[in-house]
Amino acid sequence: MKVSGAQALFKALEGEGVDVVFGIPGGAILPAYDPLIDSSVRHVLTRHEQGAGHAAEGYAWATGKVGVCIATSGPGGCNLVTPLADAKMDSVPIVAITGQVPSPVVGNDAFQEADITGITMPVTKHNFLVKSPGEVAQTIREAFHIARTGRPGPVLVDIPKDVLINETDWSWPESVDLPGYRPTTKGNRKQVREAVKLILRAERPVLYVGGGVIKADAAAELRELVEAGRLPVVTTLMARGAFPDSHELALGMPGMHGCYTAVTALQKADLLVALGSRFDDRVTGQLSTFAPTAKIIHADIDPAEIGKNRVADVPIVGDVRDIIAKLVAELRHQQEGRGVPDREAWLRTLASWKERYPLRYEQPDDGLLKPQFAIDRLRELTDGDAIVVAGVGQHQMWASQFWRFEEPRTWINSGGLGTMGFAVPAALGAKAGRPDRRVVAIDGDGCFQMTAQELATSTTENIPFITAIMNNAYLGMVRQWQELFYKERYSQVYLTHDTPDYVKLAEAYGAVGLRAEHADEVDAVIEKALSVEDRSVVIDFRCDPGEMVFPMVPAGASNDDIIIGPGGLRPVDDPAEAPIA
Amino acid sequence: MSLHTISVLVEDKPGVLTRVAGLFSARGFNIDSLAVGPTGETGLSRMTIVVDVESKSLEQVTKQLNKLINVIKILEHDPGTTVERELMLVKVRTKGDDRQRVMEVASVFRVNVVDVTHATLTLEATGKPEKLEALLELLRDFGIVEVSRTGRIALARGDRGIRERVGRRLAAVGDEHPGWTGGGV
Repeated sequence: MKVSGAQALFKALEGEGVDVVFGIPGGAILPAYDPLIDSSVRHVLTRHEQGAGHAAEGYAWATGKVGVCIATSGPGGCNLVTPLADAKMDSVPIVAITGQVPSPVVGNDAFQEADITGITMPVTKHNFLVKSPGEVAQTIREAFHIARTGRPGPVLVDIPKDVLINETDWSWPESVDLPGYRPTTKGNRKQVREAVKLILRAERPVLYVGGGVIKADAAAELRELVEAGRLPVVTTLMARGAFPDSHELALGMPGMHGCYTAVTALQKADLLVALGSRFDDRVTGQLSTFAPTAKIIHADIDPAEIGKNRVADVPIVGDVRDIIAKLVAELRHQQEGRGVPDREAWLRTLASWKERYPLRYEQPDDGLLKPQFAIDRLRELTDGDAIVVAGVGQHQMWASQFWRFEEPRTWINSGGLGTMGFAVPAALGAKAGRPDRRVVAIDGDGCFQMTAQELATSTTENIPFITAIMNNAYLGMVRQWQELFYKERYSQVYLTHDTPDYVKLAEAYGAVGLRAEHADEVDAVIEKALSVEDRSVVIDFRCDPGEMVFPMVPAGASNDDIIIGPGGLRPVDDPAEAPIA
Repeated sequence: MSLHTISVLVEDKPGVLTRVAGLFSARGFNIDSLAVGPTGETGLSRMTIVVDVESKSLEQVTKQLNKLINVIKILEHDPGTTVERELMLVKVRTKGDDRQRVMEVASVFRVNVVDVTHATLTLEATGKPEKLEALLELLRDFGIVEVSRTGRIALARGDRGIRERVGRRLAAVGDEHPGWTGGGV
């Protein structure tokens, strides 16, 4: 059967099981948009290519499947650079398809030409420039394989216009041929045995769980491990939801804005079991003083992460789900007859820290609205039954801290790259992938304005979600740093509460706009928002501009120097300063 | 910092040199020399890269290189069991009696004269990098017009090829994957 390269593209996407793509047409990609009309693939027309890229990410986060975005050559592809870099940092499986100027003029500075494979080389897991229509299907197959296997990541496929137009004989490749790509997926049993020996010897173990556990769909195995060994757990920003926050052994999020117990548990541990985590600087703080007394078991699918920041005593390369399952089996085997080691003193210590230094805020009855209160009420009134998406900044930290996550793939954010403007398009993608779930974007006013145009997409494509703007009139996180570290010399951080008018803006985009300025209005506004099902809703929570995110470990400082409240408040009689018995 | 020689077997695909070179600059590693050429196998090229890093960083370099989809195999060379060679062309000024003296140096170093003019001699020298350095040092007295070097190439001694060798033994991988030899993640 003869098909054009463009037809081959959509047949290949269908073959990969793609149900929805996010994109914007343009000159070089035009031939692909014709067979799209006859394809089973749904195309969501975003208003900016960056929106298409983040939507593909949101889709991938929420579903575990590969997200797909499409853009034209030149500026279209260039606008995908930020989402690609974001997906690379957070190991999000997406495939980006870009049009390219016709092969004969490649390299000629043709209209809308950009060397997009060159530009995106450092921000993709791999990319391809397709040379002939006969290579389209094979390349798409390889792109999806690379994106979703091993350490997931973004792959870009650049297709010149003539390759889309010219014909080829259709055939669907049975297999992929990538001799240089053979990820190690099975954890080594000998290493697992060594790891379990360390776990059984440890007096103060902590599981340091990262995003890899969610990527590997290993939440069930993780829970078995925790309960089999009675091992306390911290979940990083990328791993929120990998383990239920309501569990007695859950210590919460570690890191720069982590809770006291999670941060200090890592500092005082004598063993860290790092599962799909990468000793990122936002978790470790000053690396040389991080978890100084801990031995390290490090399980990750990417060998380059092992030993990159912290030397591992027991490294295990492989799929973290396979590794955790083996750890459970081996732990049960080695514990047989002698039971779980007695570490109740350590667990009691952790429980006492949780009680003594919980995450906290105060919402005065007649004072300014606190963003934490708005998030708290949102969670309460939705019963926590939502996929929560955040942008980057203070609101992201409050959302991660105060939402309490119970299941994986209910928390979506931009971790590694810290991409402001991530939330609205990622929420769009999440809702497109999970129409059965309620999606709530918790956003900042700065973030929201970077990608708000995708509300138009939400309306026209009927993909409704709630956006709760923690409108504090500032680029709040930058303001917080200027307050704390630049002697309150505020520089270029003021945005205003009321420009734009977020209620009117929402209405202009066909969404419902709501506003709450005082604590006593919050519940009514949220209930109103939850009653709207056929359209998106934007809630303008006018929040206290002075509210800061705590706890905080100042950049570059040791985790031991955690500040738990305003004015550099240190824990009273910091138990972490005392040696652990 | 110290110099390490690594051999990288790569698929001969467009952009592969950029991917390898780009990885070095993006991760802040310095390339001292880089030589690329075809191998006996169709579709495969071999790069010999001399990199200036500490041993700890070298591990990170090779692990990151292994993640490139087009990289098939990497071998870190042990200087004690490796044959290393470099080819150099050098054009030397030869005023008056200098021509004879340069030819004497060439003879001692067993290098060939490949071009002669009234004012210059061009020598072709092959050998270990230290030999080429020593030769250049002597020729500097006469005046060097220009130098072109290929960069180092290397093969491990013994009867095995790069594909049969262990690239880097990662303790994480044992029985099931004898010697983790990369292959991307």
